[in-house]
Amino acid sequence: MQLFEADPRARLERALAVPTTPEEELEWVPTRRASLWGDALRRLIRNRLAMFGLAVILFFSFLAIFAPLLAPHDYAEQFWDHIAEYPSWQFPLGTDLNGRDMLSRMIYGARVSMTVGLVAQFIVVLIGVPIGAIAGYYGGKVDTAIMRLVDIMYAFPTLLFVILIMTMLGKGLFNIFIAIGLVGWVTLSRLVRAQILSLREKDFVKAARTMGASGGRIILRHLLPNALTPIIVAVTFGIPQAIFTEAALSFIGVGINPPTPSWGQMVGEYQQYIRSYWHMSLFPALAIGLLMLAFTFFGDGLRDALDPRMNE
Amino acid sequence: MIPPTLLAMSLIIFVVMHNTPGSPLQPEGANPLSPEDLKNLAAAWGLDRPLHEQYVNFLVKAVQLDFGYSYSYRTSKVTEIIGRTFPVSLHLGTMALLFAVVVGMTLGILAAINQNGPIDYFCTFTAMLGVATPNFVLAVILIIVFVMLLPVIPRTGGWDQPVDWILPTITLGLGPMAIIARYTRSSMVDVIRSDYVRTARAKGLTEGRVILVHVLKNALIPPVTILGPLFAAVGTGSPFVELIFRVPGMGRFFVQSLLARDYPMIMAVFLLFGAFVVIMNLVVDLVYGFLDPRIRYD
Repeated sequence: MQLFEADPRARLERALAVPTTPEEELEWVPTRRASLWGDALRRLIRNRLAMFGLAVILFFSFLAIFAPLLAPHDYAEQFWDHIAEYPSWQFPLGTDLNGRDMLSRMIYGARVSMTVGLVAQFIVVLIGVPIGAIAGYYGGKVDTAIMRLVDIMYAFPTLLFVILIMTMLGKGLFNIFIAIGLVGWVTLSRLVRAQILSLREKDFVKAARTMGASGGRIILRHLLPNALTPIIVAVTFGIPQAIFTEAALSFIGVGINPPTPSWGQMVGEYQQYIRSYWHMSLFPALAIGLLMLAFTFFGDGLRDALDPRMNE
Repeated sequence: MIPPTLLAMSLIIFVVMHNTPGSPLQPEGANPLSPEDLKNLAAAWGLDRPLHEQYVNFLVKAVQLDFGYSYSYRTSKVTEIIGRTFPVSLHLGTMALLFAVVVGMTLGILAAINQNGPIDYFCTFTAMLGVATPNFVLAVILIIVFVMLLPVIPRTGGWDQPVDWILPTITLGLGPMAIIARYTRSSMVDVIRSDYVRTARAKGLTEGRVILVHVLKNALIPPVTILGPLFAAVGTGSPFVELIFRVPGMGRFFVQSLLARDYPMIMAVFLLFGAFVVIMNLVVDLVYGFLDPRIRYD
């Protein structure tokens, strides 16, 4: 019996054929194999907005990775005879007040945004998931203590608290990661805790416990894999938040260290001159908006793809 | 719930402020002071005492709403500065939230009534744009479009005339508006499908009457619950909007005081903000219970 047809059309025909004999039924069932991830992927690809988001994300990732090859000039190179120029053939996006090429600075700026989005979110996962899992699984006093802390963190104006941490730590990419990580775990750990709570009394967990699995093993091997999809969605939505936070920090001047270009820093520095030099703040502003929108579209598509119940 | 939350908040902020490098006595870029002056200044501000003593002193005064003098505006008390700037921020925030509620609910209702029609797609797209665009990005785009390209609004900056209020309000309100629109739409859709709406239609009521009398009353309850967090969102967003549009509110002062390590200002603003958020959440909870009699508080 051949389980997997190589030719997709034959596979489709076989899948659509109505079984009549018991033998056919045996063959028919396995060809209809639909895994969670395969189905989700198909739904995701069919979602046009999500694919648009993905294309934009890939484009900016490409810019970020190959910035030194793509940028026509170095981001710190100053052209003293081309200060504050409007877009031209020589400088497609114009130059800034220090005579630096805006296009090159924009391309290098993608690096900061993408790095912050991904690394900060990674740190958030490292902090948020274990805390949420421990609170959810062990319950009792541990849970109460952690959730009290979470409640307090919720009363904080998040962005202002991040700014406070940054002014205390000082500028720099690494400090931005720390600041976002220290604040961002709250939402994620709440989500993980809720997931674990709903899973931990299920039969398969009881079975694992009966067989003598340790708490850590149950959390890692049994609970977290089952809570994976909401975590993935939350992390995808966290990335634009992290990008926004970096832009906001750099906007008010406590984020990235100049002369490293950051879109947020460019908008913040040049918004004062917007009436005279619109190009200096407009292009980075559009880039931030576009990248965040792309991640939001992609996150929306991912959520719909992973959780088909959301679609009526 | 309010006092313990604020107490914990003040403790966390106190620890973060005092255990990081840098000192308010010698801010970056200021003229260097002599060691003797530094000592006198520290004594005047009580910064030479042990930390736990400083914290207790702060608490005793804070309970009486006395936060002392601002470090960066040395002749003004913190309460005076906040008393002057907070009303402006409150004004801006209230207008932004009103804009968000009115426009957001309208968009959500229209979208739900015309489900999967062009109006629905337009509303969904606007809502997504609003959620995903940071307000300082939006501010830049709005200024370029409405002040420079089509000069509808003559100027930016200031807070003297109602003309100055328009752009900051839209900028600050668009994010919350988008969230409200999304919530309203999904809650409307849920209610429209419910049995009692089918009954209302079956007994021959006009569509307008069904929506106005039967659907709206129940569909608008869930969006009320997110008003609490939205107050917080508006409050956090206002420093950026105030910076760009040069609104003389609290947010702008707050950023400056953060950069100058103005401990009393930082504490006061954070606590004011925290209290505001906690109280608003409480109010929203109570209103929710009032709107939906199924919810009862013991």
